[in-house]
Amino acid sequence: MKNRMELSFTAFSQNEAFARVAVGAFVAQLDPTMDELTEIKTVVSEAVTNAVIHGYHEDPEGMIFVEAELDLEHEIVQLTIKDNGVGIHNIEEARQPLYTSKPELERSGMGFTIMENFMDKVEIYSEPMEGTTVTLVKQLSKQRAYAN
Amino acid sequence: MSLLIDLETRGNVLCVRLEGELDHHTAMALRKQVDAALQEQQLIHILVNLEKLTFMDSSGLGVILGRYKYVHTLGGEMVVCSISPQIKRLFEMSGLFKIVRLELNENDALLALGVAS
Repeated sequence: MKNRMELSFTAFSQNEAFARVAVGAFVAQLDPTMDELTEIKTVVSEAVTNAVIHGYHEDPEGMIFVEAELDLEHEIVQLTIKDNGVGIHNIEEARQPLYTSKPELERSGMGFTIMENFMDKVEIYSEPMEGTTVTLVKQLSKQRAYAN
Repeated sequence: MSLLIDLETRGNVLCVRLEGELDHHTAMALRKQVDAALQEQQLIHILVNLEKLTFMDSSGLGVILGRYKYVHTLGGEMVVCSISPQIKRLFEMSGLFKIVRLELNENDALLALGVAS
């Protein structure tokens, strides 16, 4: 059985916090560990921030779409973060640790590296001038101590 | 859900105490306030106390690295203290500890920067 939710919001930087808190609250029903919850909130923040800064160049009229799907039986979290922005020209380059297309904005270039470290699967689909979709999958650990 | 920034001057060190969440949105205010304080008071060292920081992402790494680069050009140093395990992981992933010194608490950090606490 799968539980799904969708959010859409404008590319205001304030919504980076909104998106990660909302996804965190939705994922909480799978009873993740504190570390897993932090990891999920962090990757949502990374992907939404990428959409704000890179997808839309901080134009707050752009729309960002976040989907979360919980596989309740297998305890798998799947997140999709989509924008209709400018797209990524070279995905391999974008994935490199410390690479940033905007050094003047003091970007660390660690966004995709963090997503790859914190999630089990990271897929990036991008078309120039059409937008970018990032799909993130994480299997929650089975090592939690159950109350019963 | 925002960031509280507490700035205090100790000798030639700017103590930056962060409480809340450091992301792209809040990083912009942090950069502005820290740079203004460094320039107005001609300080060359930065101490960053992360004890009450509950969330940070790569935008936080970027703004911290940016402040390090700035004080480095002045011949100054940056020391980070009271870091949580979650945020420490991000620092380790980015290699930031190769250039930024880590201390257990603010007293140790001030001593490392040559300020008696």
